Amino acid sequence: MIRVQLPQHLRLLAQVTGEVAIEVAAPVTQRTVLDALEARYPMLRGTIRDQVTAHRRAFLRFYACKRDLSLESPDAELPEEVIAGREPLLVVGALAGG
Amino acid sequence: MSGVRVLVGTRKGAFILTSDAGRKDWQVDGPHFGGWEIYHLKGSPVDPNRIYASQSNAWFGQVIQRSDDGGKTFNPMGNKFVYEGLPGTHLWYDGTPHPWEFKRVWHLEPSLTDADTVYAGVEDAAMFRTTDGGQSWQELSGLRAHGSGKYWQPGAGGMCLHTIVLDPHHPGRIYIAISAAGAFRSDDDGATWRPINRGLKSGQIPDPDAEVGHCVHRIAMHPQRPNVLFMQKHWDIMRSDNGGDDWSEVSGNLPSDFGFPIDIHAHEPDTIYVVPIKSDSEHYPPEGKLRVYRSRTGGNDWEPLTNGLPQANCYVNVLRDAMAVDRLDSCGIYFGTTGGQVYVSPDSGDHWAPIVRDLPPVVSVEVQTLA
Repeated sequence: MIRVQLPQHLRLLAQVTGEVAIEVAAPVTQRTVLDALEARYPMLRGTIRDQVTAHRRAFLRFYACKRDLSLESPDAELPEEVIAGREPLLVVGALAGG
Repeated sequence: MSGVRVLVGTRKGAFILTSDAGRKDWQVDGPHFGGWEIYHLKGSPVDPNRIYASQSNAWFGQVIQRSDDGGKTFNPMGNKFVYEGLPGTHLWYDGTPHPWEFKRVWHLEPSLTDADTVYAGVEDAAMFRTTDGGQSWQELSGLRAHGSGKYWQPGAGGMCLHTIVLDPHHPGRIYIAISAAGAFRSDDDGATWRPINRGLKSGQIPDPDAEVGHCVHRIAMHPQRPNVLFMQKHWDIMRSDNGGDDWSEVSGNLPSDFGFPIDIHAHEPDTIYVVPIKSDSEHYPPEGKLRVYRSRTGGNDWEPLTNGLPQANCYVNVLRDAMAVDRLDSCGIYFGTTGGQVYVSPDSGDHWAPIVRDLPPVVSVEVQTLA
């Protein structure tokens, strides 16, 4: 199972608490994880990536294993620790001041 | 027992305010969708328990919510707003072509006859419609396809389609307004459109009488007299007596004819309300006095309504969708401010009182009159 940590607003929208665990068939990439996440929680469509272009929304980042994966190819495999379920993929909202 | 339900959209969530017909004792419910911008909520005239809400923010984009129990609970609906065909370009602030990009839904207008049909006005300016209760949305692309579309240009607040008025007497007739393109009318349920801006004069554009390019802020229509329209333009209060074909100015003796909302008394089609704002660069009331102005003559002659409103040191704004009226026998008038107050007058504007004082900045106010 792939573990995904969502920001609070998306947890509320998806009506989940804590981490989400989802089955993802290989290869485990940003794209396949988000495909599986959106299939299970359709209300998240469009909130993490654009529904047409599939581009990551500008104020969101993807972290895992203390690395920022946001600028990596959406088709690159995620770190082995994430694939093995030992570490979560973090969807993180940009900081906002004011 | 009759009463009212006030739907308030704010910069940080939605609030639902309810009262009996006395409109003195209020229950405040919220925030719903805390932390999100709620540009607009509106109930279906067919089924008052059906409420649609536009929820958005910069992080997570656009979400559409729907309640089927009068706002007690909501469920997310479809949020895929895709321009039909090649989106094309409009003009950017610097006059260069800029591709159409969906940003958010400004206004939701439920059909007068079908609870599952809703029209959505969006930024960048376009009109969408759902016929399945919000699950899917299709663009009414005839609006952008109007020949002037490539010349539309955003105002400072973005290029938004913010006003949708449905004519109850002429099926298929729809009025919309876009900042800063102007007003448009469709007579075939949104398939084709034409600009209706003759008579508008805007000193801020190169040709003050241009067919498009006017910054219309709001249009109001009384359902019993659908050919008469009132408009709050960037500057100027305007009136049309022929369905928007021609407009004339009725600003009269207002202290400032800049402002955002305009609305009409539920039982008196010639009684209209505006909230004058000092100027387009000073978005607060003249002299720091929050005054609603009422005309009982369809414009030109205006009286200030001040009883219960702050008359010193008040520097809030009232946004275009933040005024509404109820349909009780003694018509109630409501408006919300960027300072977080929502005011009610249960007697057509003679006396005012705050329902709430400390909400986030109010973006929209709608009222449902409940049997």
